[in-house]
Amino acid sequence: MPSSSARVQRMASRPRDDGRAHTAPTPPHVVGLEGVCRTYPGSPPVEALKPCTLRLAPGEHLAVMGPSGSGKSTLLNLLGLLDVPNGGRYLLDGSDTSRLPERARTALRGRYIGFVFQLFHLLAYRSTVENVELGMLYGGVPRRQRRARAVAALERVDLAHRMHALPPTLSGGERQRAAIARAIAARPRVLLCDEPTGNLDSETSASILGLLGELHRDGLTLVVVTHDPEVAARAARLVTIRDGVVEHGPARSG
Amino acid sequence: MTPLRPDGGQPPEVAQRPGRLVSRLSVRDLLGESLAAIGRRPARSALTILGTVLGIGAFVATLGLTTTAAAQISSRFDALKATRVVVQDGRPDPDADPPFPPDAEARLARLNGVRAAGVLWTVQTGGIGARLTPIRDPAGADEVALNVVAATPGALRAVGATVAQGRLFDQFHASRGEHVVLLGSGAARQLGLPRVDQRPAVYLGDRPFTVIGILRDVQSNAELLSSVVLPDLTARRIWGEDDSQRTMVVHTKLGAAQLIGRQAPLALRPQEPDRLLVLVPPDPRNLRGNVQADVNTLFLLLAAVSLAIGAVGIANTTLVSVLERVGEIGLRRALGAARRHIAVQFLTESAVLGTAGGVVGTSLGIIVTVAVAATHRWTAVIEPGVTLPAPLIGTSIGLLAGIYPAVKAATTEPVAALHR
Repeated sequence: MPSSSARVQRMASRPRDDGRAHTAPTPPHVVGLEGVCRTYPGSPPVEALKPCTLRLAPGEHLAVMGPSGSGKSTLLNLLGLLDVPNGGRYLLDGSDTSRLPERARTALRGRYIGFVFQLFHLLAYRSTVENVELGMLYGGVPRRQRRARAVAALERVDLAHRMHALPPTLSGGERQRAAIARAIAARPRVLLCDEPTGNLDSETSASILGLLGELHRDGLTLVVVTHDPEVAARAARLVTIRDGVVEHGPARSG
Repeated sequence: MTPLRPDGGQPPEVAQRPGRLVSRLSVRDLLGESLAAIGRRPARSALTILGTVLGIGAFVATLGLTTTAAAQISSRFDALKATRVVVQDGRPDPDADPPFPPDAEARLARLNGVRAAGVLWTVQTGGIGARLTPIRDPAGADEVALNVVAATPGALRAVGATVAQGRLFDQFHASRGEHVVLLGSGAARQLGLPRVDQRPAVYLGDRPFTVIGILRDVQSNAELLSSVVLPDLTARRIWGEDDSQRTMVVHTKLGAAQLIGRQAPLALRPQEPDRLLVLVPPDPRNLRGNVQADVNTLFLLLAAVSLAIGAVGIANTTLVSVLERVGEIGLRRALGAARRHIAVQFLTESAVLGTAGGVVGTSLGIIVTVAVAATHRWTAVIEPGVTLPAPLIGTSIGLLAGIYPAVKAATTEPVAALHR
């Protein structure tokens, strides 16, 4: 029986094969949900996500739509390794994560997944650049590199001039840019965005969506969860969730 | 832009350390995060540590003041009283033999550490008064009621008697039972006898005694200053023996009192040492211990109460902080922080608060000790062995207080925390 650490090692070594030598086959999917379901215990138990299959190729831009309570958040939590499925397999870069112990899942989450939240979740008492550094804090990135990468990420989102400002002094759009910088500075395999424009006016929303689009064109794999059709329309691929059932929409050019 | 093409040419950070896929947090980063979080609410943090500051301040000041006071006691300790040992008949019995042998003074003098020793007793004169005139006034108007004390020359030396005028009686007067007396300075005033250079007489009952000196001072047995003192043999010849009243006064070298107190009964009554009752001055070391114990118990109790309050304060603030920062906890977990990182961060925050309280409290305690010592013109004595580790008490209290909040923080589920 292979130990979990052996699996982790296998997973961990795979991206290197990717990047350096092309002898090993490239995993076809960054993310692969294979019959994944999630039921919350209770009386009666709540079947938040019925068994579903969802695969994401590197560099894809996926929008997940659905009304409140449809299971969007459950799907996002499962994709983000914040929650464990009751059944099925979750393959991240080709390796099964659903049986990993919590510690390994946490570490994987830190290295593979970037999060952008509706409420930004910036620490009000830390400067913008410190907030961006926080994304790399638990990933073992040396201190000096953290600062350099944080500054670079802030430059990428056009916020370098506010890097010493405290988040409460930033505008909503600037806050979300800082949050995006925090996510991309850690160089994730997948960026999960939960209603990234839910708290922004339409003009600011457009600029944030424009930024996400640019990042996608740069090669970032992007999952945007939203209930806003305009946001969903920017994605190349759309899935909708209704009552825990994932329905695949038509692929569009995007 | 290489760093900004996360999914493209640059593999995730994990790829650079295959097989070591764990979240990590260096001690320096941990401290940085904790200090930043404490600095988030400086006023609250300051108020939080107040209890610990008071507790540890009280603790350090208590120990500092007691060691200072104890050092003061030992330095000022009355060297005069500490060198006086009194031996009495522990079981007075008129039918028994005298408690002390005739050569008692010589026996004690042989003990190493004895400076002088002698017998002293209050004479039962039957209430006769002292007067300066040979003729007794029937109404007793010219009589003064004075204590009559019999002493050997050794006893006079042992009590440290000095004369203002005249001289002490010596072995000559003692061995012959001469009718001479010394007047205490108080007794001389009462009798109205200012000078003794004319060798005046004082009458005890109808017997005349020559006043050969007036005592200026004694170092112990202050009652001699208001008494008429006469040689031991003289008193015994006139008023008879009263062995039960006899006490042996011993003046020892400094520090020898305890030893002489143990040896004297054996030297005086080897056949029955337990008949003698020895009064030794309290051991200065015990005295110091007693003072310390008295003060310590009260103030250390107070310090303990303050520390408990301090611990509750830190626990409360840290818990409130955990509840306030649920979103932050969720975020950190999403960013890859393991449960232990969350727990350790909150523990560090409470430990830093406790340590800060400990350092401030210790400083205050030292300042109080030095200030009190300075106002009394004492030498402040601060024991480094007790004072220097005092901030660590604060650290322990902080750690203890942080356990529950830290566990609560670590068990916060990121999903719930992020969606609040």
